[in-house]
Amino acid sequence: MKNFSALSAGILFGGGLVVAGMTDPLKVLAFLTLGAGWNPTLIFVLGSAVVVTFLGYRLAGTRTAPLFDTQFHTPASTVIDKRLLGGAAIFGAGWGLAGFCPGPALVGLMTLDARAAVFIAAYVAGVLLYEKWTGMTAQAAPASPTQDG
Amino acid sequence: MVMGVTGGCLIGIAAVWLYLSLGRISGISGIAANALLRSRENLWPLMFVIGLGVGGWAAYAIIGERPAAPLNGELAGVMIVAGLLVGFGTRLGSGCTSGHGVCGLARISVRSLAATVTFLAAGMLVATAKSLV
Repeated sequence: MKNFSALSAGILFGGGLVVAGMTDPLKVLAFLTLGAGWNPTLIFVLGSAVVVTFLGYRLAGTRTAPLFDTQFHTPASTVIDKRLLGGAAIFGAGWGLAGFCPGPALVGLMTLDARAAVFIAAYVAGVLLYEKWTGMTAQAAPASPTQDG
Repeated sequence: MVMGVTGGCLIGIAAVWLYLSLGRISGISGIAANALLRSRENLWPLMFVIGLGVGGWAAYAIIGERPAAPLNGELAGVMIVAGLLVGFGTRLGSGCTSGHGVCGLARISVRSLAATVTFLAAGMLVATAKSLV
């Protein structure tokens, strides 16, 4: 049931990204590029997604546990530090360069968008580079790493 | 705008379903890293990633149009630099548009709000600067 739930959630998420136009990097760049051709559509995408998620989390949160696990896995960290902001700035720079963030790029890869394929190859390298870097600066990560998203 | 709101609602429903069923936040950078590095311990992240592709195919089939995807050498170079930055940055910053932007804001997490404001500002800065050169 866990795998089926995750698969169905992924299908809904991927479909939503396509319908919202997030998988077209030119549309995303039209939102990120301030100026005459600015396209505000992404505000409505993010806004509606946040409102639905906010309401749904409230409802789901009245349960003591999710349907197919013994506990909710909510990120515990509230720290705002250089790691968080530096990481977000690096991510944002890449997003503003290509118009791809991870979700839409993964959809693009699997729907045969050549740009997304090149992006994801480099993305995987970036993730592995981070693993190597943290492996060198600290002990091996625990089996279940903390991660907000 | 109608498509934007419809897509946003689908994304929200997906996030709520993953939370209700597995108790997990729909942070795609985290899920993708777990699918890549830890699929032997947990299969669900990989299933979610496969779902993204299936849902994308289905949505393109239903709406009947796909973005043109031209690729030349220069654009490939941009994609390589951007992919590296996004891969490294989302791990360092513990999340991306979905984890911090959608789910974090929905949880009223100040940490995620700080991250979201930062990556939006950085994205707008780089995209706007790029359009000017």
